[in-house]
Amino acid sequence: MLGIDDPQIWVAYILCFLSAIGCIIYGALKWNDGQDEEICSTVRASGRSDEEVY
Amino acid sequence: MPVSTPVLGIIVLIYLMVIFYLGWLGYKKTKMTEDYMVAGRKIHPYILAVSYGATFISTSAIIGFGGAAGALGMGLLWLAFMNIVVGIFIAFVIFGKSTRRMGLKLNAVTFPELLGKRYQSRFIQGFSGALIGIFMPLYAGIVLIGGARFVEATLNINYDVAVLILTIIVAAYVITGGLIAVMYTDALQGSLMFIGMAFLIVFTYIELGGINAAHTALTAMNGMVPESLAAGGHLGWASMPALGSPIWWTLVSTLVLGVGIGVLAQPQLAVRFMTVKNDKALNRAVLVGGPFILMMTGVAFTVGALSNVYFFDNLGQISVAVAGGNTDLIMPQYINSAMPGIFVVLFMLTLLAAAMSTLSSQFHTMGTAIGHDFYREFIKKGELGQTINVTRISIALTILASVVLAYALPPSIIATATAIFFGLCAAAFLPMYTGALFWKRMTREGAIASLLVGTFASLFWLGFVHAKEAVPLGISQALFGKATLLTGTWTVVDPILVATPLAIITAIVVSLATKPIPVEHLEKCFEREIKN
Repeated sequence: MLGIDDPQIWVAYILCFLSAIGCIIYGALKWNDGQDEEICSTVRASGRSDEEVY
Repeated sequence: MPVSTPVLGIIVLIYLMVIFYLGWLGYKKTKMTEDYMVAGRKIHPYILAVSYGATFISTSAIIGFGGAAGALGMGLLWLAFMNIVVGIFIAFVIFGKSTRRMGLKLNAVTFPELLGKRYQSRFIQGFSGALIGIFMPLYAGIVLIGGARFVEATLNINYDVAVLILTIIVAAYVITGGLIAVMYTDALQGSLMFIGMAFLIVFTYIELGGINAAHTALTAMNGMVPESLAAGGHLGWASMPALGSPIWWTLVSTLVLGVGIGVLAQPQLAVRFMTVKNDKALNRAVLVGGPFILMMTGVAFTVGALSNVYFFDNLGQISVAVAGGNTDLIMPQYINSAMPGIFVVLFMLTLLAAAMSTLSSQFHTMGTAIGHDFYREFIKKGELGQTINVTRISIALTILASVVLAYALPPSIIATATAIFFGLCAAAFLPMYTGALFWKRMTREGAIASLLVGTFASLFWLGFVHAKEAVPLGISQALFGKATLLTGTWTVVDPILVATPLAIITAIVVSLATKPIPVEHLEKCFEREIKN
């Protein structure tokens, strides 16, 4: 396969591509999922104040 | 192939000007602690993914691990696979989402702070901060080595000068711009890395006559494995080493598992999950991150192994021999001799980018670990005190330590030292971090015990059992008169395989034996899940 005799190598080679494609499919399918909580602003308001910046 | 120095100088100058412009933009946007620490928690998904990827992948992965693949072969592709599945998918989808929510609810701005607040323990935060401050310079030092080796080979300047130039540039924009500057510059650098690596794989396959032809030629070189490597179980660059041989253990336990799993508990990466607004950004980042990592580690490891074919065809020698035995030089040597001049320039920027993006995050993480986590939260019990000065001084000191290490560490060290740091993080932080996110029954005592057991078991194994570090360190020899306390296969088993399971068992046993964390606090940490 692909000029490589050892299946332990060409399996890894193919899995690299499959897993990257899997990431693309996951990201595309979930493109608009997870739009949630608007609590950012409240937490930010209670966060540390400006003079503590370092 | 040689490139004219003035042309190179101008290109590098333009590149640095753009980087500084982005650093300045970050500086302007930094108004509060949250901005400096977690970029105001509203970073764009593309920036998150590429910044995460560019930080994850440094010169260590490209030069160090690419060189390791030049010596050990394509078996390293298992690490590339782990990088995508564990380092991107599991990290973003499973750990990332929970980390983001909990970070927000607990108002945590660093990785140690997230753990400390979840377990209501300043000790956890302080100890984790100190651990990062002490050991991360090792990792930063080798990233510097990787960058400086390439600058040295390409620009023909002194290695020591190359280290210094690189350090000063990165330090300047980290200290001023905080995490916003770090992530903006990362995103540019990541994009540049993507283009550079794409060129590298295409040129390499063209040079060697195509994908199948290149692999077939590499397979045909099986008989060329030098005696010393063959004795360790090396069966060729297109084969896995013999099962259970010393080289197999190094490849599988240290490189593939150590780095493949250790990435989940990397403080400078975990903090990035706290920089985005919602889970949507994390989902979208997976789409960018997967192919990005494939293009980085997948390409580096394949090209590293295939460099053997190129060097054998052209010089009649294998890569390790061409590099004079220093695997860290295989990739720079290959790129400088095999690639067209314009590519060498592009790749130098790629590597500068890779080194700078990782270093900037490391400096940022080390500074906040000591200044914020250790000094402010642990020593001063949350009071501001001299935090600003301590952070600045600690950034300076950790940078100094990194530079000293870059001068002092031996050749062929990059991949090994990366694995040590990743392994230590996995043993010390992973059980406690996983428990923090997913196991409500885990207690403060369980977390502290697992942190201590993971850290010290890992360090003990490195100092007294794992031959690769224990023998040169010589502590075991001095104390017990033996180079390593155990013998046989144990001396090639990586600390991660011993220390991490020990830390997991400790976490479970101690947690079950101690009083659970109060429900009110858990509600604060897991608000949404409990309400539902």
